[in-house]
Amino acid sequence: MSKILIVAEHDGARLNPSTSKCISCASQIGGSTIDVLVLAADGSAVASQAAEIAGVGKVLVAENAANVEPLAAVLAPQVAKLAAGYTHVFGPSTTFGKDLMPRVAALLGVGQVSDIMAVEGSHSFKRPIYAGNAVLTVEVPADAVVVATVRVASFAAAAQGGNAAIEKVDPGVSLPAHTRFVSRSSAATGRPDLQSAARVVAGGRALGSADGFKIIYALADKMGAAVGASRAAVDAGYVANDLQVGQTGKIIAPELYLAIGISGAIQHMTGIKDARTIVAINKDGEAPIFEAADIGLVGDLFAIVPELEKQLGS
Amino acid sequence: MRRIMVGVKRVVDYNVRVRVRPDNTGVVTEGVKMSINPFDEIALEEALRIKEKGLADEVLAVGIGPADAQQQLRTALAMGADRAILVQTDASVPPLSVARIFRQLIDKEQPFLVLLGKQAIDDDNGQAPQMLAALWDRPQAVSCSKIEIGDGKATVTREVDAGLEVLELDLPAVMSVDLRLNEPRYVKLPDIMKAKKKPLDTLTLGDFGLTDAAAFKTVRVDPPPQRQKGIMVKDVAELVDALKKKGLV
Repeated sequence: MSKILIVAEHDGARLNPSTSKCISCASQIGGSTIDVLVLAADGSAVASQAAEIAGVGKVLVAENAANVEPLAAVLAPQVAKLAAGYTHVFGPSTTFGKDLMPRVAALLGVGQVSDIMAVEGSHSFKRPIYAGNAVLTVEVPADAVVVATVRVASFAAAAQGGNAAIEKVDPGVSLPAHTRFVSRSSAATGRPDLQSAARVVAGGRALGSADGFKIIYALADKMGAAVGASRAAVDAGYVANDLQVGQTGKIIAPELYLAIGISGAIQHMTGIKDARTIVAINKDGEAPIFEAADIGLVGDLFAIVPELEKQLGS
Repeated sequence: MRRIMVGVKRVVDYNVRVRVRPDNTGVVTEGVKMSINPFDEIALEEALRIKEKGLADEVLAVGIGPADAQQQLRTALAMGADRAILVQTDASVPPLSVARIFRQLIDKEQPFLVLLGKQAIDDDNGQAPQMLAALWDRPQAVSCSKIEIGDGKATVTREVDAGLEVLELDLPAVMSVDLRLNEPRYVKLPDIMKAKKKPLDTLTLGDFGLTDAAAFKTVRVDPPPQRQKGIMVKDVAELVDALKKKGLV
């Protein structure tokens, strides 16, 4: 029987939705028990949110002032210690999990499965390689602890309605002081988070300038959508890099993705493959984005986007 | 000697459209253009810039791969690396083994900084830098977009989902680099000639006590599922209708 430990991602107050996706992935491994580990300075709020997710056995809380920021060098030895007795240790394939989990795997002396997109068995998984242009089915030796990151776009959130026990734990390991948090800056926009939004409006180089991008924001606000961008638009300086969608940016799976003035480079398509519905608006009818779009409209985006915004309002 | 160690992996060039082998054992690599992993190229460029600022004395490029990986190490030398080491093997070397090899080289070379790409664009694992930092028990900074080397410590900006995060690390440390850190330089012909005379040492996996490198079994490799081609609409009104029919607006 599998015993799975999931490392919770959070900001000290709220549990990140990526954790629920990991639980969903873990629950596909039959006959398993799933525990969630919250590492925090004060984990009470996050732990009670984790306890409400269906399928969670118990929530372990390791509180330490050093856990106030998610530094991989500080968290990894605690996770590795608390992993004793577990057959699997999962984290999300977000920048949090990508930073932490390989460090945990190395401390445990095992390899890691990156970006699980499907569960084939307790030790067998599908994961994307070559920027999603190929899918690898990989098998971990039966006697090894499975350390993995879960591609959050590939799994639905687990249901609510759980009532798991919350248990304080003390890994009792010494923590390094060689890595220190200085600051974090984010463009607080009041818009939905790009990674988890149900609707995303994204713009490409065809917007022409940061000023041109305003019509994207206006449409997104009308639709209650998050804003995204292609790498070309980010590199051209129209928007900040945390809006980048694609293999080298964020990989997302919204219900609706509007690609506006985005040609559809391979690396961009990798980031939106799992979107439920893709709408493409582009003046070039030959653009590769139309090959993958569910609905396509060829034309001048500077005329179409304001018109769309108007018609959606009526 | 203030030394920076840089990882240089030989991978299928990022412009190549990768095709899965008909027998599902991997992807086609015969007759395909090979290059330095683009993230490794950025790591090397950063190491060279740190040296050019007078903050390092030597840049050492390390590759693990087949004999042909010498080509990528020669390119690294032409870009400006001072010397190179190839750990030669035809086997696929998993990230933990890569980290173990680098860990042993660190004992010998004593770098104050190890710069690696945040991931290789073939396996897309994104593990070796973090694993190396763990085995070395030193700081890590993943996906760096800015690196400032100070006295015995470094300040780095890294790209995270929420935006940008700034960390201070004691040196020595491992850093993995992201796209926006820099733009790698072009190699000039005279540099290619000069690179031929720079030292390139070859070692084997056996020199590191590693024999069987593969940890996971590759069951099969498949092409990704294809999306169905959708419909074209002629104007905004039709688009709004189509979205309404799908219950999306």
